[in-house]
Amino acid sequence: MKQTPLHSIHTGLNAKMAEFAGYDMPIQYSEGVMAEHNWTRESCGLFDVSHMGQITLEGEGVAEFLEKLTPSKISALKDGVAKYTVLTNEDGGMVDDLIVTRLSKDKFFAVINAGCKDKDIEWIKNHLPENITFHSFEDRALIAIQGPKTEETIRSVLGFDLSEQGYMRYSEAESDYGLLFISRLGYTGEDGFEISVPNEKAADLWNAFSANDNVKPVGLAARDSLRLEMGYPLYGHDIDATTSPIEADIAWIMGKMTNTGFIGAERVINEAQNGASRKRVGVKITGRGVAREGAEICTPDGQKIGELTSGGFSPTLQGAIGQGYIETKFATEGKEIVVRVRGRDIEAVIASLPFVEAKTKKPIKKAA
Amino acid sequence: MSNIKYTEDHEWIKVDGDTAWIGITTYARHALGDLVYIELPETGRQIAKGDDFAVVESVKAASEIYTPVTGEIVEVNDNLQDNMDDLKEDIDTGWIVKVKMTDDSEASALMDKAAYDSFVEGLE
Repeated sequence: MKQTPLHSIHTGLNAKMAEFAGYDMPIQYSEGVMAEHNWTRESCGLFDVSHMGQITLEGEGVAEFLEKLTPSKISALKDGVAKYTVLTNEDGGMVDDLIVTRLSKDKFFAVINAGCKDKDIEWIKNHLPENITFHSFEDRALIAIQGPKTEETIRSVLGFDLSEQGYMRYSEAESDYGLLFISRLGYTGEDGFEISVPNEKAADLWNAFSANDNVKPVGLAARDSLRLEMGYPLYGHDIDATTSPIEADIAWIMGKMTNTGFIGAERVINEAQNGASRKRVGVKITGRGVAREGAEICTPDGQKIGELTSGGFSPTLQGAIGQGYIETKFATEGKEIVVRVRGRDIEAVIASLPFVEAKTKKPIKKAA
Repeated sequence: MSNIKYTEDHEWIKVDGDTAWIGITTYARHALGDLVYIELPETGRQIAKGDDFAVVESVKAASEIYTPVTGEIVEVNDNLQDNMDDLKEDIDTGWIVKVKMTDDSEASALMDKAAYDSFVEGLE
């Protein structure tokens, strides 16, 4: 099994470790999922996400190339602006979801899912025009620091004032920990950053953050419950090679749909105009119990209309939540449904996402 | 003499005549993490040694609880549904079900406290 540069720190903290996407990763630390989840919402959680892939694409016309790989209007991005989007396949499904950041007109940085890394790289290389260079950073770790006290913590630990860096904005900085790529975004719904750091400095940076009283380490289990409260999809569960961006209800990544030349555009644009037969929705459990991925979603009279693709307990709401796909004609907020768990029907309703309000920083508009 | 027995799946059972009270040990409770819900069986259900008869849900996952004895569920601790903290190694409040056993040799074959403690020690 592969290890991140922070592996020995996790085992030293007696984290519960398990395989995730080929890596031996910390699932939770000693305080447990609930405490780690709540700490991230109240203070500052520290996550090792070094298993994710960090890549760059460089060369003239790279934005146009990315507009072939993704349905987004990449050429509209300005320097230092990050965007959430997906790699589409020929059938209009998804190869992966990712964050793409424009570093300059001819150079983009992207962070891709750990479990999709090899597949994505092959996909990109297979489509790569001759004049575009692909690079994968094997020499960099990725640390996410998330929660309302993140900005002050970074000021205190690194001496950086990032208050002028808006949401979905990127900066680079030389530090005691080498050259850092600092993106103001995350997977928790809190204000926070993902910081790319050279492998050999990753442990020092982690330890410097950990020494701050605002900070506690958070494992992948709480990362999952945090993202579930935000209704963020998880690739391989809530989105995959068969689901389109329209079905997944992330049509917003296409803006006004001025990019029409991407791979798989035919199905995606057709669904955008005429509707898709199924749709990803939030499911809030109102009865007793917890429903997980794979649970059938039915009408109260027992007709199957869909299936959960994620589900669990929300520490913030103190109740069970999930997301899944249902037939579009049933996808009305507040509609009463049941989810079937081990043969038992639990009452639930279709809910709008997110379940918990996002606290991400607003983009900062600079005066001209 | 203690009539509490233990399983390798980290259940405890208290044998009271032909009735077994079944719960989970401190080790199990700790390993399961933050529990948020328990799905309990109906009384009257027949269960055989090795069957799962209840499911506990944590934030992260669902885990089944298995019976080490065969028999009929004669009582269910419904109190646990609203008091998940009571689900622990406490004979009075932490039991999940009481089972009327059909074969008391199943219970006597289980580990006693000393054997279970050294079993747990071997896991750590």
